[in-house]
Amino acid sequence: MLTGIIIVAGIAAVLGALLGYAAIRFRVEGNPVVAEIDKILPQTQCGQCGFAGCHPYAEAIAEGQADINRCPPGGERNIRRLADLLGVEFKPLSDDVAEPKPRSLAVIDESLCIGCTLCIQACPVDAILGASKQMHTVIASECTGCELCLPPCPVDCIRMVPIKEDLGNWRWKYPANPLRAA
Amino acid sequence: MRKLHSFSGGIHPPEHKEQSTREPIAQASLASRLIVPLQQHMGAVGDPLVRKGQRVLKGQPLAAAAGAFSAATHAPTSGMVSALELHPAPHPSGLLALCAVIEPDGEDRWTEHSPLDWRNADPQATLARLRDGGVVGLGGAVFPTAVKARGNGRPVDTLIINGGECEPYITCDDMLMRERAPEISRGIEILQRLTGAREVVVGIEDNKPEAVAAMEAACGASAIPIQVEPVPTLYPAGGEKQLIKVITGREVPSRGLPAEVGVVCFNVATVYAVYRAVELGEPMVSRVVTVTGNVHAPRNFECLLGTPVGELAALAGPCVDTDGFIMGGPLMGFPLPSDAVPVVKATNCVIASSEALFPKPPPPMPCIRCGRCAEACPAGLQPMDLYWFAKAHNLAKAEEFSLFDCIECGCCDYVCPSHIPLVQYYKFAKGEIRTLAQEKETADRARRRHEFRQYRQDREKQERAARLASRAPGAKKAPATPEALAESQEAE
Repeated sequence: MLTGIIIVAGIAAVLGALLGYAAIRFRVEGNPVVAEIDKILPQTQCGQCGFAGCHPYAEAIAEGQADINRCPPGGERNIRRLADLLGVEFKPLSDDVAEPKPRSLAVIDESLCIGCTLCIQACPVDAILGASKQMHTVIASECTGCELCLPPCPVDCIRMVPIKEDLGNWRWKYPANPLRAA
Repeated sequence: MRKLHSFSGGIHPPEHKEQSTREPIAQASLASRLIVPLQQHMGAVGDPLVRKGQRVLKGQPLAAAAGAFSAATHAPTSGMVSALELHPAPHPSGLLALCAVIEPDGEDRWTEHSPLDWRNADPQATLARLRDGGVVGLGGAVFPTAVKARGNGRPVDTLIINGGECEPYITCDDMLMRERAPEISRGIEILQRLTGAREVVVGIEDNKPEAVAAMEAACGASAIPIQVEPVPTLYPAGGEKQLIKVITGREVPSRGLPAEVGVVCFNVATVYAVYRAVELGEPMVSRVVTVTGNVHAPRNFECLLGTPVGELAALAGPCVDTDGFIMGGPLMGFPLPSDAVPVVKATNCVIASSEALFPKPPPPMPCIRCGRCAEACPAGLQPMDLYWFAKAHNLAKAEEFSLFDCIECGCCDYVCPSHIPLVQYYKFAKGEIRTLAQEKETADRARRRHEFRQYRQDREKQERAARLASRAPGAKKAPATPEALAESQEAE
């Protein structure tokens, strides 16, 4: 009887110690789901979802404070991926966020730019180059098309130019079914 | 004779090759103007080296090779650059590409060029000659030949020369081997030296006995042992992976390169271009193109790059009911958006099409899962499953089922009793996957830049706070933290 109790207590102590050690040693910092959600979000940092960027939105989704259908640049495809990841139902893009637009780049009209640096401060990914009273320009390869540089510009010299199809980004289209088209 | 192997699948479509092999290769007449796309190869493209209004000589570079993974582009004849403009490209999309338009002066005067003594030259010099001579793979992929010949650290024991030319209608490699076998064998010697291969095999489909005989005679006279091997005619035996399997029995791993199994493979037309670039010093400015199909006098033409397809096809006399042109073969080629697009390095064949010759396929019916496509697939894939996944936009699953090992040969399309355009679905799915990968890369970069910006803003805030603290009257000498002090000093 006593031996039995000692053995069971011993096993419990050893396993408890192991679990306790593992809890400290392999502790996960932050919520891992946030990183997974953040990976799906398009990282435009545009704030159209009502949060201050993609990561805060991912945190809000993970905590259940925000719906998965608030990201216009990600579109329906990303809502589907988020629904798959989180095991929830797909729902169409929320009505209180903007309509999705074709991917665009910001272009500064350099003849109008007065060099105020306001757009540089607004750009979430440091894609605008320039200095005070110097002409500014957008680094096209880094621009996410978030439009955050448009409102601060005092002379309205920035416009969004949709990305055109060229030989580099052209892709084969989904085959059209002539029977269905008829 | 060596023991030959076989690949799974394959089809026997009607060949239609005899009509364009009756006449020898003809020199195409000089076009009224040449439209030369600056990018005719896979990889980076250099900035234009010529201006509008500039006179150029034949073989003068129009754009230099940009970096290692690139090739140069040259003026195909002497004349004046009348424009550097966007022009429809010979591409399924019909989108525009930057082209140099050259008005020929009719003199066809070469720029200075000299042969390279490749036997005594540094291999790097020979490779540079190939890159700057604009030599790319002429089998269709237009992959820079210098990159392939360089080896990239993997030892190669077998050099395979691809004279398979398995696709119906196309005969440009066949005629090239018949007429210019000695030059091809010189090119093989150059590539053998560059790759260091011990064994050299020329694989030719056995429906080209004249080409086999000519190559045997030329290779027998060569300084190095070159085997000429007729391989059974079975489409797509001229596919790189399929020819390697037939000749060596080795299978190129999934999504891998031939170099991983110690093999490197070049098309015969590429080898001929190598010979011209190295032994004659002539950059690539022309190629042999088959003009066939719905024309009165189908034959092969040695054609300057940049010649408008319409002008080239006119030499063979298109029949009145011609309704368009196909670039490449009937299985892997694509209809050209117009006959104003130019001949480029990738143009091996121009087929005049008509409703009678290529009737419109009947509308696709549902897949009945008969499995004929799987039997025909030379890559050993399951086309019906790939179709299913591609149709449902289930891209991850399609990739899992080795979508990227599909060589788009069209065997599955050919045998499908429901006439489903299977390859179109695979092309679509591949494109979607590439787009997604690109978007992910862009997103990752944006995330890194955003995170760094936030870090920088936090740091600036701390520095400012530290500075204010140290300047405030009656402030303590030491700021809050030693790091902040170090940073504030750095900032000052």
